[in-house]
Amino acid sequence: MSSWTDKRPMSPHVQVWKWHLTMASSILHRVTGVGNYIGIVLVIAWLFATAVGPDLYEPLAGLIGSIWGQLILFGFTLSICYHLLNGLRHLVMDAGAGFNPKFAGFTAGLAIVLAAVLAVAIWYLAGLVPGFDPLNMTGAAS
Amino acid sequence: MSKPQPTMRTALGKVRGLGSAKHGAGHFIAQRVTAIALVVLVPLFLITLINAVRGGYDGALAYVADPFNAVLILLAIGAALYHMRLGMQVVVEDYIAKHGTKAVLLILNTFICVVLFAAAAYAVLKVAIA
Repeated sequence: MSSWTDKRPMSPHVQVWKWHLTMASSILHRVTGVGNYIGIVLVIAWLFATAVGPDLYEPLAGLIGSIWGQLILFGFTLSICYHLLNGLRHLVMDAGAGFNPKFAGFTAGLAIVLAAVLAVAIWYLAGLVPGFDPLNMTGAAS
Repeated sequence: MSKPQPTMRTALGKVRGLGSAKHGAGHFIAQRVTAIALVVLVPLFLITLINAVRGGYDGALAYVADPFNAVLILLAIGAALYHMRLGMQVVVEDYIAKHGTKAVLLILNTFICVVLFAAAAYAVLKVAIA
């Protein structure tokens, strides 16, 4: 698409449109929305296990504490952070502000970058890295 | 009174109910109102939750048993489930063209959210009230 020199607006179709940050942010918003839909199942499973007792809680905590569990949890964190930040952006746009193409592109990029920073910060502050059990779901290090 | 406007709409079109269902704005507003609630609820829930899981099973129990946390959890999860039900509804409506499949998925979407809420509410009430 970089060889495209015609200044006239292009036909609105995914395969013809030039890729924009605002487009990416919109698609990401939907993707992370679906991601959060799946992620909340984990949160409710955790709550339910807490109510049922250690027999369910400990295996679940072990599962979440495993490398795959932690990867999913980090992806969920990223997903929440992005959807929340871009959701704020959407609320501002719903109020009728922030539609200038340059500014909209800037806030879209900002939401993506801040989401990544926020997710890493949350895991860092939660006591990250060693043992791949930052949230100490297994309760081993307390 | 003037006589009724002539319409281009066929009788079949009318009975199938295509066109405005007259509650599009309700969906839009509910999506935004839950979003505003979640802007406050989700960070509070996450911060307290991360703190709680450090303490293992006993920490989790103590966290949910606290009255303020119990209310916070129910509010956060309630708003989140309502919000995501509305969101998933739009996703299904956007991508699934087939009537039957769409209806099944929309019903399933509602069922999933209601079941998840029932599970969460049971868990919180059991731990917090027991």
